[in-house]
Amino acid sequence: MKYHVDEKGYYGEFGGAFIPEMLYPNVEELRQKYLEIMNEDSFKKEFYQLLKDYVGRPSPLYYAKRLSEKHGAKIYLKREDLNHTGAHKVNNTVGQILMAKRLGKTRIIAETGAGQHGVATATVCALMGIKCIVYMGEIDIARQAPNVARMKMLGAEVRPAISGSKTLKDATNEAIRDWINNPVDTHYIIGSAIGPHPYPDMVTRFQSIISEEIKWQLKEKEGRENPDYVIACIGGGSNAAGTYYHFLDEPEVGIIAVEAAGKGIDSGESAATSALGKIGIIHGCKTMLMQTSDGQITEPYSISAGLDYPGVGPMHSHLYTSGRAEFYSATDDEAMTAGLELSQLEGIIPAIESGHAFAIFQHKKFKPDDVLVLSLSGRGDKDLQTYIDYFKLA
Amino acid sequence: MGNRIKLKLKEDKKLLSIYFTAGYPSLNSTVKIIQDLEKNGVDMIEIGLPFSDPLADGPTIQKSSTDALINGMTTEILFDQLKDIRKSVTIPLIIMGYFNPVLQYGVEAFCKQCEEIGIDGLILPDLPLDVFQSEFEATFKKYGLLNIFLITPQTSDERIRQIDKASNGFIYMVSSASVTGSKTGFGNEQEAYFERIEAMNLKNPQIVGFGIKDNKTFQQATKTAKGAIIGSAFIKHLTENGENNIPDFINTIR
Repeated sequence: MKYHVDEKGYYGEFGGAFIPEMLYPNVEELRQKYLEIMNEDSFKKEFYQLLKDYVGRPSPLYYAKRLSEKHGAKIYLKREDLNHTGAHKVNNTVGQILMAKRLGKTRIIAETGAGQHGVATATVCALMGIKCIVYMGEIDIARQAPNVARMKMLGAEVRPAISGSKTLKDATNEAIRDWINNPVDTHYIIGSAIGPHPYPDMVTRFQSIISEEIKWQLKEKEGRENPDYVIACIGGGSNAAGTYYHFLDEPEVGIIAVEAAGKGIDSGESAATSALGKIGIIHGCKTMLMQTSDGQITEPYSISAGLDYPGVGPMHSHLYTSGRAEFYSATDDEAMTAGLELSQLEGIIPAIESGHAFAIFQHKKFKPDDVLVLSLSGRGDKDLQTYIDYFKLA
Repeated sequence: MGNRIKLKLKEDKKLLSIYFTAGYPSLNSTVKIIQDLEKNGVDMIEIGLPFSDPLADGPTIQKSSTDALINGMTTEILFDQLKDIRKSVTIPLIIMGYFNPVLQYGVEAFCKQCEEIGIDGLILPDLPLDVFQSEFEATFKKYGLLNIFLITPQTSDERIRQIDKASNGFIYMVSSASVTGSKTGFGNEQEAYFERIEAMNLKNPQIVGFGIKDNKTFQQATKTAKGAIIGSAFIKHLTENGENNIPDFINTIR
């Protein structure tokens, strides 16, 4: 079984580029050039240099002793929360801004849910002196106020998406419309492993630095490159894609994905795509998505804005249907509890998105000598208000 | 009988085509709007199948789609509303929508329903050329449906030739780089584009859409093209004047 993208842009039956003709020239240009550009020595040099000196990579692989004792397994945390801007998102935006420059683009657009991708995009645009416009759902603007302020401080313009559920899906629609309206000077930095081919593959490759580092870091610590399990939360799936990438073809490594169940899978307020979705077209790719029997895309729900998305990247759809990955879902309550537990056992406040990955221990029992690597995809500063309200901390 | 679109394209006149969203302004407006458009001299109609996430549409059509869905429109209901449409309407009818609802209905089942009703073609902007050709071309043909492709000012000559070759009716010529309903009037850029396409001598006639809203833009668009499609401007008219004043709108165009 092949888990990487094929030459036509598919992962099994998922993927492709289902885009209106207006987007074809831009997406086709990217498709033709992205691998060539990424393989240029000068590109690699600049990319790795920025990851090291600007982002602060490699991010630590941290052995979480107290968490390990509590849950009876050897648990390592891949500390993407320690990256500049506080999440894994910046790995991709650094790569894509370099890509945009080589494509001669002078204007950047992005969508954002939790605001982490928006901040990461605004950051690299400031770094390169390129104009930046971030689309963000009106509801997310309200629940992620600190990130909105950060984007503005970085010089980006934040435009509210006021259609539909006013969250990530709608912000993505607005960004795509902007790209249709500005086809010549603009590059669209998609933040997740979604969108028309080559986006899922390009984003995954930029994020694959996560598993590239896990391999040598784990070798140093455990004398082996491959853990028994890699575990990540999934919305669109970019941190998961990066965490899994170099383990996809290592059958002894178990791959675990945790989706957001919201208020429960059967509550009608959920974002657990693998459980609730079926194959369809969203944002330019064929993938699993939540929809009505009539093919209308459903409004998802999760307490975490970054997982509040009705689809999942095409690579993950393939990992799910092929059985390569185990999919779980965690409710708001389970994720919040897991976030509090990590805070108090390890002194690390995770993003609520990442909290979902840590909720795996409420669903699956591991063996004491199992070596686990959990992607701690982002830090929880942006979620403090949500934590405070939820646990009545104030 | 031949395909109504092909017959219409042979007529010696510039064609006026109107797009509207099925189920808007009210769920049961669909048939009456189609009948009134034909009575008032419209040559062809694009019936919009509403979608929750219309990527290529501006605020006007987005809102009409959202409202139509709130009104309860579904693929099933639309087909039911249209089942007797050929008893009263003879002009070409095209269904325009996004690919996902068609995929969920089943592409073959959808095409079969279209044939039974008397639909002549489909416009599915996010069904790409290569996927259409490898997976669905034979099905469309089996049920006598034309698939209408889009081109834009950014489409390369090479790609336009490919699309011309794959087309079998007309080419939907998007007037400018924009979502629907966002440009006001045509400038030098559009004229240059219209002339470039005319000079290519394509085998399929072109019908211009996006940005047509009144007599002036209709005249500009049809100087070189076979016809023009009006969408957002007509929906705005429905919003402001209701569905009983269709002649007022059509009379301002020609």
